[in-house]
Amino acid sequence: MYAYDELDRTLVNERVSEFRDQVKRRLSGELTEDEFKILRLQNGVYLQLHAYMFRVAIPYGALSSKQLRALARVARRYDRGYGHFTTRQNIQFNWIKLAELPDALEDLAEVGIHAMQTSGNNMRNVTSDQWAGVAPGEIEDPRIWSEILRQHTTLHPEFSFLPRKFKIAITASEHDRAAIKIHDIGLKLIKNADGETGFEVLVGGGLGRTPFIAKTIKPFVHGRDLLSYVEAILRVYNQYGRRDNIYKARIKILVHELGIEKFAKEVEEEWQLLRDSALTLDPAVVEDIRSRFSYPAYEKLPHMPDELKRAAHDPLFERWRRNSAFPHKVQGYSIVTISLKPVGAPPGDATADQMDALADLADRYSFGEIRVGHEQNLALPHVAKRDLPALWKALDRIGLATPNVNLVSDIIACPGLDYCSLANARSIPIAQELTRRFANHDTANLIGRLHINISGCINACGHHHVGHIGILGVEKNGEEFYQITIGGRADENAQMGTLIGPAVPYAEVADVIEDIVEAYLALRDSEGELFVDTVKRLGVEPFKERVYATR
Amino acid sequence: MTSPLEQKKIRITGPSVVTANRTWDGAVIYRTAQQGWSIDLSDAAIVRNSDDARALLAESVADDVGAIGAYIAPVEITDGGKIEPGNLREQIRSEGTTIGIPVPA
Ligand code: HEM
Ligand code: SF4
Repeated sequence: MYAYDELDRTLVNERVSEFRDQVKRRLSGELTEDEFKILRLQNGVYLQLHAYMFRVAIPYGALSSKQLRALARVARRYDRGYGHFTTRQNIQFNWIKLAELPDALEDLAEVGIHAMQTSGNNMRNVTSDQWAGVAPGEIEDPRIWSEILRQHTTLHPEFSFLPRKFKIAITASEHDRAAIKIHDIGLKLIKNADGETGFEVLVGGGLGRTPFIAKTIKPFVHGRDLLSYVEAILRVYNQYGRRDNIYKARIKILVHELGIEKFAKEVEEEWQLLRDSALTLDPAVVEDIRSRFSYPAYEKLPHMPDELKRAAHDPLFERWRRNSAFPHKVQGYSIVTISLKPVGAPPGDATADQMDALADLADRYSFGEIRVGHEQNLALPHVAKRDLPALWKALDRIGLATPNVNLVSDIIACPGLDYCSLANARSIPIAQELTRRFANHDTANLIGRLHINISGCINACGHHHVGHIGILGVEKNGEEFYQITIGGRADENAQMGTLIGPAVPYAEVADVIEDIVEAYLALRDSEGELFVDTVKRLGVEPFKERVYATR
Repeated sequence: MTSPLEQKKIRITGPSVVTANRTWDGAVIYRTAQQGWSIDLSDAAIVRNSDDARALLAESVADDVGAIGAYIAPVEITDGGKIEPGNLREQIRSEGTTIGIPVPA
């Protein structure tokens, strides 16, 4: 975990009192909504259909048990007893009252969490691999660099009024769990020939109306130059990015319009002016931040403890373990993914009671740490393998042991028309119906890894473009329709899915997805060929035929 | 969302109401004929022509302290005179989400 310093705490507290005053002035009429809107957005407060929505940042997805309990308290005290974990390592509360928001912020500030830069045209919460610091084969803990970026960009005046929102993601593993190729800047931590830490820098990725996969702008930027290089990119963006048209304002459009070579050249020129400035990272500063991350005192444990051998006879345990426990960099430990996708439930939602119970389990079994991933699941990053059976039983009791991680019912879905004022169509009930259709674990297991992503409008908060199957809500004559794409992916081989044909009505979506999955089962060349690979090999035609032949 | 200004150009095609969110808690509210707000759609003032709609909206927008994001929304009036939301979005705003919200485990 990272320990915040005094400066951070002061800043967060000052921000709360400032916002308390702003809310007071808004409620008394001293501030108009026009004046207030930008202030509330700077504190993560949106207006949705039923109420205000409050978005809280979970920097690089790391939470302490204490922080998770504070989130549970906010859910219970100021909301309706639950929260929604999002694809950007945030949590959202859907029923918050403006008048109570300052209190909620104050409760969160006590445990060092806040809502700054979770909305508005600024640098958003820097996201990272939810397995950072524990993934086997990881080059280095990317959270150190996420934290350096977080500190540098928080309330930085130059980054507070960008042409549009700006998102950075970092990974330090070969397998990209942070979806860096769909971010404005993607950073892949690597080492050069001399063993020095640096980054492959990608730029211009994003989803929404005009989706792009990020392109590499520089194959290696030395760690000490990370801030100056990122700043050079942002300066070029600030200078040329379009402020006249919201649909063209993201950096991806600029990169696309200038071309990556021209864009890279502009950045390089800017960087030459900045690279040997005060932005150069002093190794001592990096070390100081590194030293603020504490790692658990791992025990020396056997690879295969007796507890695990015994429990392996229980098929239900074994099913969960195979699905949810992943290799850890330290022998005898596992990373455990907690599915927030129980059959029939809204993806990513957790109740206050579940959060509290999970915080207790984290204290008992994971050195008090919890992680949040972009798939809208949680993780306990350091579980001793001998504790897996006990953990499983405890998770099962609180409804958090659904063994469907990475399977067809592990769906990413945005709030859609049930909550969101921008939506064309509902997302959550589609996800709920699909989890019921694929509730049979043996079938889901047979199907294998398959990511279904659902967005209620083209803004793509549910990452539909990069779902193996993507579902996008559109509106036709006042009715909900859905466009279906297949073959997208969000990992190191990220690509956008391909539309299979005309949009289908609400009532038919689940049938269509079942048809697509059945077609895949018939077409795959072996059990080992994943859905996306079959689509890659055969293209969309056979799937299209199957879906539309009878419709 | 359509801003009130853009709606100036819009002509209504059927019975409509003015709806917004209440400033202090965000709750969905409807403009009443008594120049106030109600959380109950059945209390809403109904307008049937574009001039009345524009006037009701103008009066609603003027209450910046009480309400935010006021706009004109379609409704249907049943044979029994009951006011019902005119589309799915308004149905969800008026009656709540179409999904069961999680209940504490
Ligand atoms: C009140 C609810 C929300 C509003 C108003 C909203 C608004 C938006 C808008 C306008 C965009 C498009 C930005 C662009 O293309 O320039 C967007 C993109 C996105 N949002 Fe949301 N969003 C909401 C909820 C969420 C939720 C719940 C999630 C996570 C589950 C999320 C994650 C994202 C992601 C990942 C993107 C696309 C990536 C990108 O920036 O290109 N948002 N959102
Ligand atoms: S994708 Fe559209 S509907 Fe879904 S949360 Fe984002 S803005 Fe709302």
